[in-house]
Amino acid sequence: MDLENQQRVKDAAEKVGADNLVVVLGSSDPEGAEIYAETVTLGDPTFAGPLAGVPLGLCVYHVFEEEMKSEADPAAWEEQISMMEMVLNTEALAASVKKMRDANSKHTL
Amino acid sequence: MATVGIKSTAYCLNFAPELALHYGGTPSQERHAKPDSDYLKALPGQVQSYEEAAGYAPNKTYIGAMSVDELAAAPAPWLEHLGAPERYGRYGEIMPEDEFIGFMDICDVFDLIWLDKDFAARIREKLAQDPVMGESQMARLEAGHEAAEIAEAVEKHGALPLYLDGAVVGCCRRAHDTDENLAAHVMLENLACKASGVLALLHLIKNSGLTPGDIDFVVECSEEAVGDTMQRGGGNMAKAVAEIAGCGNASGFDVRGFCAGPATAVITAAGMVASGVRRNVAVLGGGSLPKLYMNSRDHVKKGLKALENCIGSFAVLLVPDDGTEPVIRLDSVGKHSVAAGAAPQAITSALTYEPLTRLGLKLTDVDKYAPELHNAEITLPAGAGNVPEANFKMIAALSVMKGQLKREEIPQFVAEHGLPGFVHTQGHIPSGVPYMGHARDAIKAGSIRRAMIIGKGSLFLGRLTNLADGASFLVEAPAQTDGSGSTAGVTRDEVRELLLDALADLAANLQKN
Repeated sequence: MDLENQQRVKDAAEKVGADNLVVVLGSSDPEGAEIYAETVTLGDPTFAGPLAGVPLGLCVYHVFEEEMKSEADPAAWEEQISMMEMVLNTEALAASVKKMRDANSKHTL
Repeated sequence: MATVGIKSTAYCLNFAPELALHYGGTPSQERHAKPDSDYLKALPGQVQSYEEAAGYAPNKTYIGAMSVDELAAAPAPWLEHLGAPERYGRYGEIMPEDEFIGFMDICDVFDLIWLDKDFAARIREKLAQDPVMGESQMARLEAGHEAAEIAEAVEKHGALPLYLDGAVVGCCRRAHDTDENLAAHVMLENLACKASGVLALLHLIKNSGLTPGDIDFVVECSEEAVGDTMQRGGGNMAKAVAEIAGCGNASGFDVRGFCAGPATAVITAAGMVASGVRRNVAVLGGGSLPKLYMNSRDHVKKGLKALENCIGSFAVLLVPDDGTEPVIRLDSVGKHSVAAGAAPQAITSALTYEPLTRLGLKLTDVDKYAPELHNAEITLPAGAGNVPEANFKMIAALSVMKGQLKREEIPQFVAEHGLPGFVHTQGHIPSGVPYMGHARDAIKAGSIRRAMIIGKGSLFLGRLTNLADGASFLVEAPAQTDGSGSTAGVTRDEVRELLLDALADLAANLQKN
């Protein structure tokens, strides 16, 4: 996760409280999604950004997880996301984020 | 239908691992932040040799020493199955780094590049062997400087040393004492881009069988900003490149649009040719020095060779359609509008489905799609996925959504309408245009009828808009024309009707007899 986005997540957690924040990932790569999920739960694994050593423990989902999809407007989903749903390995993406969430999130939906 | 002929193409690589090591963006930033990092210590051990780079299948495909079909059939991983090194291909060459340093001096008109005099003498002999290097270029190579002069320029006057095999063989001096836009590192980036663009233009002129004086106009589409502190990005790289290539009758301008720049530049140039404003227009892009070794941190971490060691460049020559060359169809241009949105679905639809539908074509009517053609052996270890394959899957998925393909046919669509990525991660360079040379050859050979070139740019990187951009166009076999650039306008159905009428007349006459 780039340093700017790490700062945005950190600022948002401070502003609204970690308990009121859900991070929704749109990464197309399961390995990348896992690293993003790790960054907002355990902290930046590369120790390069504002979340280095900052275990926010945020609630984190991938947009393809059912909890997120069910919240979306079906028409908007069809128009903007359904094509990528056909292209990407949605199960692997959901599993990689769930694994990190189950192990390290301190907050839930 | 306005069409423009593709007279010739050129694709070159400048092998530059020392420039990458010292001035590539990622190693350079790391050197400032953590000079003792494990990554910087390990990087020199992961370097490819010139012979390895020149035997690497994707590089050979880029310069036309291999076809795309040969690349697809080549044993993978390509990195572990190096072939015979080839410096020259049908489209261009892989220039070694010593010659590139000398060539940057040839392309420097402000005495910014200083070469060690022994090196200058040595490199003169090597450069003179290059078939595109003419007398006017060789006359520009300096005699060189004493090593002490170069050392003083580096130590006291902000010049950047230029290395070969770890030894200093020259330097790039700053162009102003205080103007940061003319600092040595900016000038080195611009000169590297300019020199690689000149090399592509020289090969383009050779490949087209024209003389430099035949080029009317140059459109340049790299990602560098040329100008001092009062006008950063003022340009004009195009004219600077044309000057060194000896194109005395040419003028030019620059087109910018991140990775969408090349496709946009081709459309811009084609518009000028089709309207009769210019005749022989060269579209070219030099490469990016900062993007060398961009993902080398990940490559080093995984024990792989640091593959981003070549500055890429391309050039295409657009001419009035005379019915003999593959053409660009200007009625096929795809546009990603401001209101289209940044979702991949919206971008893919705007650049493929919408222009094809306008022409009465289906997504399956395009034989080959050429979106961002990054080499997956570079991007996969860096966690960026297989970029071209993702694009082919998106186009296939869109075809399913539009009822033009069955869902189970997606893998077959990807295999048949896609191609393996073979281009260095040089930003604008991979974006569609590297296939124009191969498409032109395949159309001429009759193995494909139609290809779509797709460029996409990440405008948000400049922090002025969150938008992306894109542009696309079709390349097709030439139709019968009247020589004016417009086709006669007879459709297949009309021909069928004419034939049916003629047969009916024949039948009626036979009955009468």
